[in-house]
Amino acid sequence: MGRKLLLEHINVPGINTYDVYRSKGGYASVEKALKTLTPDEVVEEVKKSGLRGRGGAGFPTGMKWSFLAKPEGVPRYLVCNADESEPGTFKDRYLMTYIPHLLIEGMIISSFALGAKTSYIYVRGEMMPQIRILEKAIAEAKAAGFLGKNILGSGYDLELYVQPGGGAYICGEETALLESLEGKRGNPRIKPPFPAIAGLYGCPTVVNNVESIAATVPIIRDGGEEYAKIGIGRSTGTKLISASGNLNKPGVYEIELGIPVEEFIYSDEYCGGIANGKRLKAVVAGGSSVPILPANLILKTAAGEGRVMSYEGLSEGGFATGTMMGSGGFIAFDEDQCIVRNTWNFTRFYHHESCGQCSPCREGTGWMEKVLHRLEHGHGKMSDMDLLVDVSKKIEGNTICPLGDAAAWPVASAIRHFRDEFEWHVTDAATAVTRNYGLAHYADPLVVASA
Amino acid sequence: MLKVQDTNVPVEFSTQLLAKFADKVSRYPEGKQKSALLPILHDVQAEFGWLSVPAMDKVAEYLGIEPIEVYEVATFYTMYFLRPQGKYVLEVCRTGPCCLVGAEKIMDHIEQKLGVKEGEVTPDGLFSWRGVECLAACGFGPVLQIGPEYTFYENLTPESVDQLIGDLKAKANN
Ligand SMILES: Cc1cc2nc3c(=O)[nH]c(=O)nc-3n(C[C@H](O)[C@H](O)[C@H](O)COP(=O)(O)O)c2cc1C
Ligand code: SF4
Ligand code: FES
Repeated sequence: MGRKLLLEHINVPGINTYDVYRSKGGYASVEKALKTLTPDEVVEEVKKSGLRGRGGAGFPTGMKWSFLAKPEGVPRYLVCNADESEPGTFKDRYLMTYIPHLLIEGMIISSFALGAKTSYIYVRGEMMPQIRILEKAIAEAKAAGFLGKNILGSGYDLELYVQPGGGAYICGEETALLESLEGKRGNPRIKPPFPAIAGLYGCPTVVNNVESIAATVPIIRDGGEEYAKIGIGRSTGTKLISASGNLNKPGVYEIELGIPVEEFIYSDEYCGGIANGKRLKAVVAGGSSVPILPANLILKTAAGEGRVMSYEGLSEGGFATGTMMGSGGFIAFDEDQCIVRNTWNFTRFYHHESCGQCSPCREGTGWMEKVLHRLEHGHGKMSDMDLLVDVSKKIEGNTICPLGDAAAWPVASAIRHFRDEFEWHVTDAATAVTRNYGLAHYADPLVVASA
Repeated sequence: MLKVQDTNVPVEFSTQLLAKFADKVSRYPEGKQKSALLPILHDVQAEFGWLSVPAMDKVAEYLGIEPIEVYEVATFYTMYFLRPQGKYVLEVCRTGPCCLVGAEKIMDHIEQKLGVKEGEVTPDGLFSWRGVECLAACGFGPVLQIGPEYTFYENLTPESVDQLIGDLKAKANN
């Protein structure tokens, strides 16, 4: 059994309440931080832990915190990113639903470290039930003296609020999130300045993912060095993986970074294999934005080594033969699934969610959606695959925010690895609208297609 | 294209609603009350079922901002309804992972069962439905949610959908 740092007590009845959470050692890390450590020492522990942002980009959290500007007389803010909208990702919602005090405790520790006296948890608006859960947890923590004025006699004051979004994937991008929190449309800002210098209301701000903030609780409890002993290389600690698609046991799993992908998919401790006795065709390992890989390449790298679940392990091989950890949204496709249809679905999503500020993203996602639609519906042309790759290349790197890249990679990677299935949609168009392509060679020992 | 329903029917905000607004505004620094706009629009929609122009104008007046600042926001975010909806809006996730486990069949089933197309309201005014994007519950798909409480239903089957629609009808007729 792997070590559990975040979900250890998830099955304890009543763990969503303050009393039970507290009886399981909850809020001990707040006590330790506020009574025995300085804010800088908390930052130091997080640096030592090697924790990398769990929202998708994997940027070291301690380093991000040390960039925060601290001008005199200007408030600083911590904003928790609970917008969770990346298709395939559902760990933050799970954590907030079942163990909300872990997030509240992490918010207090992190706000203390950053010197924030008002902090916000920006939750996507559809998660009204989770907003009610968090507001109840905040009230309980406040009644117990962990929020408000002069917490635990330390002289430190903190108010914590929950802010609902309005339904927009783009508000997960941190500067769009800040715009939204200011009561505006979620249009990402041009950077620099980065939020660490000018964020919420123009003040220095840190934006962190729910899971990153929750991870500060075990980090402070055990010490950064202990945390860093778990995992592999620069992928330290544990990670929540949201497993969905055609699996026997989809759900949220906490893994020690570095376990083999094969173990994660097939062992009974985790996903328990592919549902209905089918074979694995493909995996999107880190949320819809990361490159899709055929079964043979997700289980083994191009060099033939077993691939492991870590930031480095999943990106081994670069974009040619690898993918990314992203937000940990692990989507498994069985042999009956259609890659063209899924790529069309994802592209429709990005087109729908583009904020429309940059023409390559706004127009490019629309073009890709149209072309994929006609391929899926039997009206495609042989030249469409090159056209799609061309459009994706024109979006990539040419936009204000990374949504453009996130829309481009799934298309480019699907065509790179599954070109024969796309071509079949043109050559056998009449058949392709009645049945799916099947497994082909994607699960066979490695055949690496050229880019 | 988003269409805003035209209406001149004036709206009144109750004292309870105004108290909710005030609580929201108190969460931000002095002068930053515009931050309360999204939460307040949710409160207004929960009360009236949708956001009419007169309602949005009144929110602008309350927050001391221009009406256009409210329209900008209301038209950007997908949760805000700019026309009247059914009493129950069934919002089914239509994104990739849910489609791997049958979301498209569930949407077809709902369309058949209710006899109205996506976005339309049933003649009795009780239901409308639409596809929405990933609701962060992909491992429990297919899923749907119903506002204004955003009650959540997971692992949907045609049978569980029938049951749900039946229950809601019974609830509405009581
Ligand atoms: C289009 C887009 C959507 C994003 N959505 C989310 C999200 O839902 N949740 C999240 O934590 N980060 C999301 N991010 C990443 C954030 O911009 C930011 O990097 C992150 O919140 C930082 O937190 P971390 O360092 O703790 O990971 C998104 C980024 C982009 C470009
Ligand atoms: S890349 Fe797309 S989502 Fe991002 S700012 Fe540009 S148009 Fe908006
Ligand atoms: S894809 Fe349906 S909830 Fe995520």
